[in-house]
Amino acid sequence: MAFHIPTLRNVVRLGKCIPTRCNVNIQSVRHLNLLEYQSKTLLEKYNVTVQKFIVADNIDDTNCLSAKLKAGEYVVKAQILAGGRGLGVFDSGFKGGVHLTKDPVKAKNLVAEMLNRRLITKQTPKDGIPVNHVMVAESVDILRETYLCILMDREYNGPVIIASPAGGMDIEDVAHKTPELIKTLPVDIFEGVTDAMANDLAEFLLFKGDLKKKAVDAVQVEINPFVETPQGQVVSVDAKIGFDDNAKFRQQEIFSMEDTTECDPREVEANKYNLNYIGMDGNIGCLVNGAGLAMATMDIIQLYGASPANFLDVGGTVQEQQVLQAFQILTSDKNVKAILVNVFGGIVNCATIAAGIVGACKRIELKVPLIVRLEGTNVDAAKQILKDSGLPIQSASDLDDAAKKAVASI
Amino acid sequence: MSVLVNKDSKVIVQGFTGNEGTYHASQMIEYGTQVKDAVVKTGADVSIIFVPPAFAADAIMEAAEAGIKVIVCITEGIPTKDMILVKKYIADKDCRLIGPNCPGIITADEAKIGIMPGFIFKKGGVGIVSKSGTLTYEAVDQVVKAGLGITTAIGIGGDPIIGTPTKEAVKLLMNDPETKGIVMIGEIGGGMEAEAAYWIKKNGTKPVVGFIAGQTAPPGRRMGHAGAIVGGR
Repeated sequence: MAFHIPTLRNVVRLGKCIPTRCNVNIQSVRHLNLLEYQSKTLLEKYNVTVQKFIVADNIDDTNCLSAKLKAGEYVVKAQILAGGRGLGVFDSGFKGGVHLTKDPVKAKNLVAEMLNRRLITKQTPKDGIPVNHVMVAESVDILRETYLCILMDREYNGPVIIASPAGGMDIEDVAHKTPELIKTLPVDIFEGVTDAMANDLAEFLLFKGDLKKKAVDAVQVEINPFVETPQGQVVSVDAKIGFDDNAKFRQQEIFSMEDTTECDPREVEANKYNLNYIGMDGNIGCLVNGAGLAMATMDIIQLYGASPANFLDVGGTVQEQQVLQAFQILTSDKNVKAILVNVFGGIVNCATIAAGIVGACKRIELKVPLIVRLEGTNVDAAKQILKDSGLPIQSASDLDDAAKKAVASI
Repeated sequence: MSVLVNKDSKVIVQGFTGNEGTYHASQMIEYGTQVKDAVVKTGADVSIIFVPPAFAADAIMEAAEAGIKVIVCITEGIPTKDMILVKKYIADKDCRLIGPNCPGIITADEAKIGIMPGFIFKKGGVGIVSKSGTLTYEAVDQVVKAGLGITTAIGIGGDPIIGTPTKEAVKLLMNDPETKGIVMIGEIGGGMEAEAAYWIKKNGTKPVVGFIAGQTAPPGRRMGHAGAIVGGR
C-alpha cells in the first residue's frame, strides 16, 4: 500500500486546459508548517474524519498500544515536515519512515527504530531531519484515493476548491496529463460551500463525501489522498494545511504549534530580532530596507556574477541595535565573502543605518569587504558618519555601482 | 492632470492615533495635500488608512460606506481572509482601493497620499506602478536622475489580495494625457504582471518598461511581502 505524502512541492498552474474560468495556483508554501499529526488533530476538531491515532514522543507512549488504539493493522509514520518518508532511510541504516504491521509489539519496535533518529529522504537536507514524534495510526483500507484541496486564490480573490478523482499521486502530473480530471470551484466567501456545490463535488469525486471550510485562517487545505474505504467511510488519509502568517495575532493556538527544529538556525535567530531574513547559500550577504528592493538587490548581485547569501528586509522601523544583530547573523555565515548594504531611506533615516554599521563594525571584527550604498532621508549626514569612522567601508553611488563593487570585492 | 489624486483632493486620515499616522499626516500637509477630519463635514473624497491590521479591513469598509472615492490603505499585515471580504464588500461601491501594504500614491508637485519621500520626486511625464515601497523610490530616483520626471506614482502594495491590481493601475496611467511613458515594477507571486503585459500588448498606446523583482528568490518561500512567493511554471 503506497502512502503518498505531498509536502514541499512546486506549484502547478492550471491554465487554459481547465474547463472553468479560473487560473489557479496550487501552492506548497512555507508559511507556518504543521506536522501531519497536528494537521489531523486540527481537522478532527472540525469534524473531518481522520484515522484514529496516537503520537509517541518517547517510547513509553507506545506502552499498552493495543489498549490505547484498537486496530486490525497499524501504520507507523515518522513525523517530519518533508515528504518522501516512505522511501527514506534513517541515519542508523533502518529503512523506511512509514511501516505497516498487524502486531502491536512490532509497532512499538518500529517506533523505537524511528524516534530520535534522523530520517533522510529526497526532500530533506543530506543529513536528514530529526524525528521527534512518531504517529501510530489505525491503518485504513483504501478502496479509492481522490484529491481535495481548498486554497485562497489571488486571481479569483477568494477561496477555490480543487478536486480530482485521481488522488494519491502527484497532482501536477494529473493537471498536466489529464486536466479533465480536475475540477476547480470558486467559493463565494459570504455564501460558503453550498449543498449544491458539495453534491456537485461529491459526484465529481465519484462518492458521497462531505467537507466543511473552517474558521482557522488557512490559506490552503490539501487532502491527498481523500479516501473511500470498503467499509463505506470517507477518510482524510493525509492532510497539509497552510496558514496565513498575517493572521497570527488571532490564531495564537495554531501558531503555538509551530516546530522550529527544522528551520534554518540563521532564520530562527533573525526572527528573535524581528529581522525579515531568509537564508540562501550564496556568497554576498545583503542588508536592505524593503522587500522589493531586497529582492532587486539579490537579483542584481546575480546579474553581475555572484550569488546572494540571503534575503534581508530590515523594515521601515529598523533601529541601530537591529543593524548590529543583522551584521552578526551575516558575518556568522561562513559562505559570506562580502557584505552589501543597500538602503533607500524614506521612513528609514540613513544616519541610523550608518551609526548602526559603524557600531557593528566596532563590535565585530569585520573580516570581509563591506560595500554601503545609502540614498534618501538624511543621506549626507549618514555618509559623513561613515567617513568619520575611519573604517574601510566602500561607498557606492547607486545600486548598479554597489552591486559591481560587491562582486568585484570577492 | 494626473490620476487619482491632485491638489484639490480632500483627504481624511484614518488611524491618526499611532505615531506613524501623525508623522505622515504632517508630511502630507507639508507636501501640499489638504487633510480634513470628517467626510460629512468636509466632503472629503480620499482616505488614507494607517489603522493596525486587526481593524484595518473594517476601516476600509467604513470608508467605502461613507462614500470615499479613493481609499489608500498603508497597513501591512491584514489577514488574507479579511481582504477577501473587503473586496467583495466594495465591489458594488463607487470607490477605488489602493493597497493594502503599500506606500500610497503621489502626484508630483501636487499631492501625496502615503509615505513616499516627496523630495525624490520631480514633475514630468513618467507614470509608475509598483508593488514595492523602497524599490519604487529607487525607480523614481533613477528616472529623475535620467533627466525625466513623474506624473503619478501608484504603490499598489505587496499583498496577495489588493484593491487595484497591476493591470488596473497601468490602465489609469495609459489613459492619463499627461503620462507619456510607464514604468511597471512587479514582484514574484501571482500572475498580475503577466495579465497586465497581455493587456498592454493589445491595448497599450505608450511605451512601458517592466521589471519583476525576485528572479533569485528560492521557490516556496515568502519574500517579505505576503504576496511575494514563487509559484510553478
